[in-house]
Amino acid sequence: MNSRLVLVNIVRWFVLLLIQILLLRNLSFYNMATPFVYIIFLLLVPFSTPNLLLYLIAFVTGLTLDAFYDTLGVHTAACVALAFVRILFISVTMSRDGFDEPEPTLGNMGFKWFIIYALLCTTAHHLVLFFLETFRLAEFSYTLLRCFFSIIFTLFTVVLIEFIFYNRKMR
Amino acid sequence: MRNLWIFLNRYNAFFFFIIFFTIGIVLTVKNNAYQRSVTVNSTNEVVGEVYQNLNVLKKYITLGTVNDSLAAENAKLKTELLTLKNIDSAKKIVVKDTLNNPQYTYLSARVIKNSITLRNNVITINKGSADGIAPDMPVISPGKGVVGFVMDVSEHLSTIRSLLHKDTKVSVNIKKSDALGSLVWGIGNSDYRKAFVKEIPNHFKINLKDTIITSGFSSFPPGIPVGVVTNTAVATGDNFMSIEIKLFNDFSTLQYVYVILDKYAVEQKELEAKLPHE
Repeated sequence: MNSRLVLVNIVRWFVLLLIQILLLRNLSFYNMATPFVYIIFLLLVPFSTPNLLLYLIAFVTGLTLDAFYDTLGVHTAACVALAFVRILFISVTMSRDGFDEPEPTLGNMGFKWFIIYALLCTTAHHLVLFFLETFRLAEFSYTLLRCFFSIIFTLFTVVLIEFIFYNRKMR
Repeated sequence: MRNLWIFLNRYNAFFFFIIFFTIGIVLTVKNNAYQRSVTVNSTNEVVGEVYQNLNVLKKYITLGTVNDSLAAENAKLKTELLTLKNIDSAKKIVVKDTLNNPQYTYLSARVIKNSITLRNNVITINKGSADGIAPDMPVISPGKGVVGFVMDVSEHLSTIRSLLHKDTKVSVNIKKSDALGSLVWGIGNSDYRKAFVKEIPNHFKINLKDTIITSGFSSFPPGIPVGVVTNTAVATGDNFMSIEIKLFNDFSTLQYVYVILDKYAVEQKELEAKLPHE
């Protein structure tokens, strides 16, 4: 992990969290779909990050979000779940030391891989997030519906951002 | 140990996930009032639902028993209503007995016919078998003194063999010395204020004004005052002495009496019936 990657990630962390906290926190479609674009940071953490470090990063990111959302623990658990899915997915789809690319971006990995990767991670994150927030099974279908629309919204935004910033590296 | 370490290391992603996720959940539940309250309530919701369904089934199964008990209660309330509609001034009085809780129940009754001038006097009262009165129950007067025993019972009336009757015998004690005797009336005496205590062993020293109480042997509760000694020197000519007493109660003005319902009377009678006859 060279210093440039670390710097880029730190900057990305601040920018995405600022966007999330200052802008997207106030955004919601009919109270059904809420975008959580900050997870793009967790998606793009370099391959070479050790598992423990990845979990710690996810944990701290979630804690920071929770501090601003006043929902201590909810985002933390969701981010940790995302990290778990991310590790699983990467270990299944890629050989153990065959990381040609430093980061799992859309430009590096290709559209098909990235869209499945993002979809799985977003789903895990949102499921944990929404159900932990609602915290009861009584509104199960409504929560699931909200979760579904939010996944679509977030995924759309994530892919859009990827296309905007990383398209020039497309193979 | 090494294998365990390898195992943990190999699946470290999963174990890290468990650790961090648990921390997240714990943080959520601990720090958010809403989630904390729901943690308990949501389980209650599920449990409650199950119990509710179970209850419906239970209710249906026990319907018969519930019906029966309700019918019984209805009957009881109806009788209570009827009793309340024609109020009787005479009520039941319960004697508190901490040992056998309560052994004696006092049933108040009004005297509707009384006599004192005959050799064998009989009193009639306005309570009968419907009120739980049975033959041979002891009867006392409201203040002090014994009245007699229930002789015959009809549904709403009963006759009492008064103390002023040749067949009435009550086991009594001299309060001071516990000497046992039996209270009778009418041997050479027709005064309704006086009676005799017979069969007291000769060695007891008896003073004037000694109190006579019931002994508890002849179905009266022990310790009911009967009268005071007025004459100790009644000659009998045998090993027992007789004394003359003045009764506490005045039979000529008797208005109300208490019939004593002994919870264990039947039991005692049955037990004693088993004794071999002499």
